[in-house]
Amino acid sequence: MNKWQDNRAWFLVMPLLLIVALSAIIPLIMVVNTSVQDIFGPGNRVFVGTEWFEEVLSDRRLHDALRRQLTFSGLVLLIEIPLGVAIALAMPKRGWGVSVSLVVLALPLVIPWNVIGTIWIIFTRPDIGLLGVLVNGLGIQFDHTAAALDAWVSVMLMEVWHWTPLVALLAYAGLRAIPDAYYQAARIDGASAWAVFRHIQLPKMRGVLMIAVLLRFMDSFLIYAEPFVLTGGGPGNSTTFLSTYLVKLAVGQSAPGPAAAFSLIYFLIVLPICLVFYQALQNVGTGDKR
Amino acid sequence: MSLKLENVTTTVGGETHIDNISLELSPGTLHVLIGPTLAGKTSLMRLMAGLDKPSTGRVLVDGEDVTGVSVRLRSVAMVYQQFINYPSFTVYDNIASSLRLTRLSNHEIDLKVREVAITMRIDPLLDRRPAELSGGQQQRTAIARALVKDARLLLLDEPLANLDYKLREELRVELQELFKRRETIVVYATTEPSEALMLGGAAVVLDEGRKLQSGPTLEVFQNPASVAVANIFSDPPMNMIDGEIVDGEARLGEDIRLPLDGHLGQLSPGPYRFGVRAGHLSVVSSPGHEFRFGATVDFAEVSGSETFIHIRHGGAAWVVQEQGVHSFDLGQPIDVFLDAARLFVFADSGRLVAAPAPAGGGTPR
Repeated sequence: MNKWQDNRAWFLVMPLLLIVALSAIIPLIMVVNTSVQDIFGPGNRVFVGTEWFEEVLSDRRLHDALRRQLTFSGLVLLIEIPLGVAIALAMPKRGWGVSVSLVVLALPLVIPWNVIGTIWIIFTRPDIGLLGVLVNGLGIQFDHTAAALDAWVSVMLMEVWHWTPLVALLAYAGLRAIPDAYYQAARIDGASAWAVFRHIQLPKMRGVLMIAVLLRFMDSFLIYAEPFVLTGGGPGNSTTFLSTYLVKLAVGQSAPGPAAAFSLIYFLIVLPICLVFYQALQNVGTGDKR
Repeated sequence: MSLKLENVTTTVGGETHIDNISLELSPGTLHVLIGPTLAGKTSLMRLMAGLDKPSTGRVLVDGEDVTGVSVRLRSVAMVYQQFINYPSFTVYDNIASSLRLTRLSNHEIDLKVREVAITMRIDPLLDRRPAELSGGQQQRTAIARALVKDARLLLLDEPLANLDYKLREELRVELQELFKRRETIVVYATTEPSEALMLGGAAVVLDEGRKLQSGPTLEVFQNPASVAVANIFSDPPMNMIDGEIVDGEARLGEDIRLPLDGHLGQLSPGPYRFGVRAGHLSVVSSPGHEFRFGATVDFAEVSGSETFIHIRHGGAAWVVQEQGVHSFDLGQPIDVFLDAARLFVFADSGRLVAAPAPAGGGTPR
């Protein structure tokens, strides 16, 4: 009886262990395995040590992709955070306008990611797209399949359209959590609108903005579906980000060894960011709460 | 300065928050607004401050109509139930923030900030931020922020409600001292009768947006003009018993018969409601409490060094407040002793017709 009770915990833990093993641990081990071998075909593989890692690390295309990735994530934060906060500040505080603006804001967030890419392909097409025709009609040559800058503008526009609402919703939630007494006190003190923003709203939003920054950085660093659908990483390699390049390597060039080595390096870049993310989230609750 | 509200009414979305209130507040006096939650205490304060404009009626400062004049142009300071400080400022900067908008020099500001910090006993904490302070320290900072302005109108909206018992007692005593030394109109909102009595001054009893009674706090406590005031201004609410006066005696409850002595003497026969505060009932016989009646115990709760015994007599629920910790069984029959000299008598309409003569040293509850 005692023994049965003692062992029962295994039955509860087992499903989780199985899922984690199948979804994370075993694939990771296989990737490690692949990254140190040259595979010619079934049953025909050679151990090559760190050769793939060396090759990938010295690959100029990887460096370019990493630089693009960092630029992209940086731009995302620079645009989406201030814009999201501005939208949150402009949103109505009460009445029917609240639900309307919340629903409108949430729309881009509920569309599947590859569909978003498709929407923007059509939207920006110079011959039939609403934006493409409009911009070209103004006399500006715009074609994201031809010019690198146009492709970047399109990808950025899509990203901002897609994800700024998340920042806005988070910031709005933070704003709504500020007791009305703060605004009253500021009015009695004769504080200006800027002072209210700088000294009440911004500090009180610190926690949610922290989460927004981390979420947006992480998400944009791992972005794949939308730009891949919109530009396919082109023209040339101008919008090839880390994940786009990884897929090109693994699927397009059928080079499992380098792709596996690349995956591990990518993983090692993401891991410390995850740790920072986790630490920051831990501190959000305890920090500037009151 | 004097502040006068003339027939002010506020209606928000068809709901009346303040119903035709007239008040005159004089400087150097502490005005206590007492009433249950949603009585309109905060709404009334917002009108006084100029944060809101009344729907009808006028607000006069020194006889001058200031209805609708922005709060920025008035001399007002306010303390809230929540601890409201600028989160990114240190305690020092928080206190100094309102002075920075005046024409004072940095040196003068520094002097004032340090002085008020010493008064509020937060001078060792000047470099900290609000998030690094305890609740009591945060509220001390908020009070210091209000005091330093030397505003002509100081509004405190249940400032101690979010603090724990010990801190509340401590700050209450300090505040009382502070108010005494000021030439400011101080308005203090509270739900607690004991707090109002400790603060003294003048009381305004509010309920559902209406002014029920006003006057010196102790006087209102001793002569609640109606059943509603008696309930608001007693904690626990005053025990109310229906009864009548016939054949030269007062009959109340099931079998309580009292002779018409003292303040009950001039009452004419008829139906009345008799009120007695929980503190004036006892489960032990003593010189004052000689009228005994039987009851059963519903339950008893111990609060601090007092016991509140909820009893049932003649189908009505009563509360007896007894010093010390006692324990009772559920449903236990019990003898309760009543002091007839402490009975309030209200007419059927709820209007006070007889109040006990003020007693020296009665418990202020």
